[in-house]
Amino acid sequence: MPLRMMICASTLALTVAAPALAREQINIVGSSTVFPFSTAVAERFGKSTDFPTPVVESTGSGGGLKLFCAGVGLDTPDITNASRRIKASEVALCAENGVDEIVEAKIGFDGIVLANSVEAEQMELTLRDIFLALAKDIPNADGTTQPNPYMTWDQVNASLPAIKIEVLGPPPTSGTRDAFAELAMEGGCKTFDWVKALKSSDKSAYKTLCHTVREDGGYIEAGENDNLIVQKLAANADALGIFGYSFLEQNSDVVQGSLVNGVAPEFEEIASGNYPIARSLYFYVKSAHVGQVPGLEEFLQEFTAEDTWGDDGYLADKGLIPLPEDERSEIGQSVRALTPMNM
Amino acid sequence: MIDLGRKAGFGLTARNRAERRFQWVGRFAIGISLSFLLVMVGDIMITASGTIKRTEIALAVDLGPDRIDPADPQSASYGGLVKASLRDMFPNVTKRAEKKRLYNLVSPEAVFEVARIVAEDPGLLGGKRQIWVSASDDLDLYLRGKIDTDQPQKRRRISDAEIEWIDALQDADRLRRVLNWKFLTGGDSREPEIAGILSALVGSALSLAVCLAISFPLGIGAAIYLEEFAPANRLSDLIEVNINNLAAVPSIVFGLLGLAIFLGVMGLPRSSPLVGGMVLALMTLPTIIIAARAALKSVPPSFKEAALALGASPVQAVFHHSVPVAMPGMLTGAIVGMAQALGETAPLLMIGMVAFIVDIPTSILEPATALPVQIFLWADSPERAFTEKTAAAIIVLLIFLVSMNLVAILLRRKLETRF
Repeated sequence: MPLRMMICASTLALTVAAPALAREQINIVGSSTVFPFSTAVAERFGKSTDFPTPVVESTGSGGGLKLFCAGVGLDTPDITNASRRIKASEVALCAENGVDEIVEAKIGFDGIVLANSVEAEQMELTLRDIFLALAKDIPNADGTTQPNPYMTWDQVNASLPAIKIEVLGPPPTSGTRDAFAELAMEGGCKTFDWVKALKSSDKSAYKTLCHTVREDGGYIEAGENDNLIVQKLAANADALGIFGYSFLEQNSDVVQGSLVNGVAPEFEEIASGNYPIARSLYFYVKSAHVGQVPGLEEFLQEFTAEDTWGDDGYLADKGLIPLPEDERSEIGQSVRALTPMNM
Repeated sequence: MIDLGRKAGFGLTARNRAERRFQWVGRFAIGISLSFLLVMVGDIMITASGTIKRTEIALAVDLGPDRIDPADPQSASYGGLVKASLRDMFPNVTKRAEKKRLYNLVSPEAVFEVARIVAEDPGLLGGKRQIWVSASDDLDLYLRGKIDTDQPQKRRRISDAEIEWIDALQDADRLRRVLNWKFLTGGDSREPEIAGILSALVGSALSLAVCLAISFPLGIGAAIYLEEFAPANRLSDLIEVNINNLAAVPSIVFGLLGLAIFLGVMGLPRSSPLVGGMVLALMTLPTIIIAARAALKSVPPSFKEAALALGASPVQAVFHHSVPVAMPGMLTGAIVGMAQALGETAPLLMIGMVAFIVDIPTSILEPATALPVQIFLWADSPERAFTEKTAAAIIVLLIFLVSMNLVAILLRRKLETRF
């Protein structure tokens, strides 16, 4: 009778309480921004060595660090990717769970671009323009604030076109949004002298003022999918979008990057540090797992090889902006030597 | 109230008109829904058609003894060999930046393809051989006219120089378009030209198998007991209310539960179809139980009563007479649950199945991903060529779903008893 067989099979399946099995492949978690680069290295590593291809999960920077810091042992990830530096609170969490030797690797930069359709005029913005167009409250000269009154770009800055402020960007859960708030919004916010002074006197008020994005329709949360933003920009010539440099590079026939403080979002400009909205990307390795998980050391070697993260490496083809050469060789050495970061 | 005092056929034209109007409204509604469906499926099909074929380039690779040591062919630098063969074809290219563009005509996979071909057939060693390797995604897009060459050079992925090279290759018959079996037989890749769906397909199949093996017998068992044997008391009511509520719980909650219990307490391997299937089973259980109970309820009580009257025990009466009649309905419930499970990504995120998997899983303990996750990851990739892969993956998912439903329909036909 098939039913009886099915019941047997299911009880069998339920009672297979498998012990924590020895893991054969490297387990990587973390940021969705670093994901395309990390996976490219993982794939190469799997193909060019005898080790199995590492499993790379896209969990977000915060989620990745949480998993990473959950403890030492083969049921926790070996590497976590992050589109920001590890926070002191996360280092503390790690230490609490016995993860006290972490190797930090900065792997390159990611430019955040403001772009619009190629049908429209290329925008020339300053950080101050960006802040004034997108902040919820804007500072007045006399030290007070007022709700953002600007509805069109030419109200923000007379030299900009008279089109409605309509910016499509990532939601607050996204790391790109955090970086945008910190680099672009805060950068423009600081140009007001009294706000700059506020930073040392009342840090939380400063952060609220500088990082809060308007909610009256000027900034539209378009979801985490950057391809979607590109498509929407192609359909609406008046809108601007915020997304990562690699999407601009792949879609240069439909969208163009706006100049920020006079600098275009181009590979060389981001690499040299001239383009103001660029963040560093990282990964973190658990030293305790080296020797436990086969291939971990070799993976670090692959990642820090010139062919991988160098100026002409394959990660640059994928849109990663490489580190300057001296920084690269220094970080490469310390990663390969498994030098733990100072905590 | 109908006024019977009036003539028969009162207001007949108006009533007939109302009837026709209603039918037209109905037809209109169906027409609109169908056209939406057609537009959606049609758009996906058209986009996916780019995946059917892929482009290959013929390289004249020098496999001579001074390039490859015949005693140890795998130690050779195949990257250098591929680059050299491209340089030989276009000797005029000397600048570094130009050379880089030239190398980008072939897929990064080409290096591994040459190495594999040599490993499989060492007889090739010893001279120049023509080897077909995968072309890059940009070249493929250009050949299919997906790159607008009217745009200024800076705004497109293929420069004028590259177009010249590609035309030269075409004139020399060094380009060909072949059926893209790799899409169905390969694992995921960061290079769209070689990315395949098989790792995700196998992952989904394994997860669903685990899910079915757990949820179907458990769900049917629970339904039979609750419907036929459970005493009618407060506890039974409580269980019933809870099962109905569970069916409406957001799926991510089951993912969290799986993370805490299956991974945390039981220590099962992360990212494995075993855990994925168990989480999906939790999610589909309420659906199956509710459907199975409804199916049992619809069996005429006289069946069971007749069996009992003839001396069958209650268990015999239920298993020999009610369950077989209710089986088609139970199967429908199971298939609805399975179809739901097939499309889930949210609970899988928690247990690590939203992952980049190249190697094709061979057991339920190896890391795997699932079809909807693969669609999500490809849709999120910057490379333009992944748009087509995304559409093709959606079609694979739809085919999977349709064939699952087909099996259910066939089973139901076979089991259905008419009375």
